Amino acid sequence: MSETVILTLLTIITAATPLVFAAIGELITEKSGVLNLGVEGMMLVGAVSSFIVVSVTGVDVLGVLAGVLAGMLLSLVFSVLCLTLQASQVATGLALTLFGIGLSALAGQSMIGVAYEGLPKLSIPILSELPVVGQLLFSHDILVYVSFALVAAVAWFLYRTRAGLVLRAVGDSHDAAHALGYNVVAIRYLATVFGGACSGLAGAYLSMSYSPMWVENMTAGRGWIALALVVFASWRPWRLLFGAYLFGSISILQLHGQAIGLDVPSQLMSMLPYIATILVLVLISRDRGKIRRNAPACIGKAFHPTT
Amino acid sequence: MIRLIKRPEPSRVMVYLAPVIALVLTLLAGLLLFFLLGVPVGEALYAFFVEPISTRYGLAELGVKAAPLILIGAALSLGFRAQVWNIGAEGQLVAGAITGGAVALWFYEVEAWYVLPLMMLAGIAGGMAWASIPALLKTRFNASEILTSLMLTYIAGLLLSLLVHGALRDPDGFNFPESRLFHAAATLPIVLDGTRLHIGFPIAIMFVATLWILLSRTVLGFELQVMGAAPRAGRFAGFRESSVIWFCLLLGGGAAGLAGLFEVAGPIGQLIPVVSPGYGFTAIIVAFLGRLHPVGVLFAGLVMALSYLGGESAQITMNLPKAVTGVFQGLLLFFLLATDVLILYRFGWGRRSLAATHT
Repeated sequence: MSETVILTLLTIITAATPLVFAAIGELITEKSGVLNLGVEGMMLVGAVSSFIVVSVTGVDVLGVLAGVLAGMLLSLVFSVLCLTLQASQVATGLALTLFGIGLSALAGQSMIGVAYEGLPKLSIPILSELPVVGQLLFSHDILVYVSFALVAAVAWFLYRTRAGLVLRAVGDSHDAAHALGYNVVAIRYLATVFGGACSGLAGAYLSMSYSPMWVENMTAGRGWIALALVVFASWRPWRLLFGAYLFGSISILQLHGQAIGLDVPSQLMSMLPYIATILVLVLISRDRGKIRRNAPACIGKAFHPTT
Repeated sequence: MIRLIKRPEPSRVMVYLAPVIALVLTLLAGLLLFFLLGVPVGEALYAFFVEPISTRYGLAELGVKAAPLILIGAALSLGFRAQVWNIGAEGQLVAGAITGGAVALWFYEVEAWYVLPLMMLAGIAGGMAWASIPALLKTRFNASEILTSLMLTYIAGLLLSLLVHGALRDPDGFNFPESRLFHAAATLPIVLDGTRLHIGFPIAIMFVATLWILLSRTVLGFELQVMGAAPRAGRFAGFRESSVIWFCLLLGGGAAGLAGLFEVAGPIGQLIPVVSPGYGFTAIIVAFLGRLHPVGVLFAGLVMALSYLGGESAQITMNLPKAVTGVFQGLLLFFLLATDVLILYRFGWGRRSLAATHT
């Protein structure tokens, strides 16, 4: 296998990882019956927070934590508005994205042009020295490994634990779950904040590893693509992982298109991920029965325990 | 402990009061923000809210900025009422700018009266065509219009960039990514001498009046409200869900396309890679701030236009980052959604009130 192919595969992994984070978090949120359209905003604020903290302190761990924390805080705002104050989830999610774009641009003003060398690659001893496979599978920064672990953990949690069963019950019938004595609102708070943490982590990965710098609006719609990925995966963790890598492959075509001699304007290549998202949505959504079987039945619906 | 108690019926007072409370809260949050940024608060508020409209020219600029926001916001509010979430107005705006601008460039040699009306029609058609994609995908394939219309926004932006770098680029422009400057016959007439206030503003007001009549005096308006409030009842009454979706998206797309044409044939005067500072997204806030009502949108459009002007003015006089505008707009929408709770609920004190014990 030639060096270029390995490099291409490596870029696919880095392009897919932020999508995995953002989408797996949103999957948990949606499984609890909450639709948070603010993923893009939370990613941006996560990205800028982690970049600011890592360039001020120089400690990578703190940078990642700052991104996670920022995402959690924003999702908490969303939760208060939608779960406590009963605001429309669609409108609040949009507000979160618009606010996140503004806030991250404001906070990142002084960070434009600041250099940071990026998260260190964590080469696993011996394994990473294997030819081809070693470079491909065992020499990434830690967040790539975390993303795989997270998908496995979420899959296990949702379908193998009691708590996962309760979460799904809350998402499928909040009235029944409430009648059984579960605290619907509290469970949704937790699920939404977990989604926020994952979005923040996705942002941190973008500004600390994917392209270690801060650029306004650097997510470029990845938050929205992550939302589409959840639908694409029919709310299943392992399908979601597959989808993220599929999209990662499409989005790096634009980087390598010119290199392999494709004479297509760069703008057309940049359209590919967005076009692919639309196509995928159409292919999945056209089967209404399948969506109905897989989607959490209470998604987007408000729940007020006294009504 | 404070808890929410459902009102027996929605509060009429709060319908009007909630946006005012939200504006005041946003202002307070703004004060805090300026304080945290270490900016003299009084000066910043003056630069943001007073200075931009203290002159005749400034007031006219308010109209220039408000025109696209009112046009799009009014159309979107109808859609939001019917639960059709077209959030890709920004892309439809760009599509209208492209088609309308292309007509202007096509008639580059022609100085005739019919050029401008043709451009407007093309702008509307462009926006509608762009919005018809999510409408088709929603009605035929059940694909979420939220995601498809938003993806199309990114695609429209790239398409415009492609065109001004290529087919529509000024042949004598030293390879700058810009089209030729539109001729006088292809630019909007000015309604206030010495300013940039163009006929887009009166057109936007007429549009609002039309929508108001549509909403309150026609069967179609009633149908839209029913489909939003009680889709099942609407279906039993024989209202077609798909035609409501088509109508809302085409209306929003047409309005956004016209707004895009107004931008390129008005203040900008040519096609450039970025033709809007996010009017299509801000119009979403305008729609909510205006209580999803055409007349409310009129006022909301002016308020949000001031936030753009204030951002520019504060950037010039106080060197504040322009992104402050975005933060203000986002905060306002948050507070609006939060204060909306007061319409359906009231706050009560005590552990558990009578109204809440029946569960």
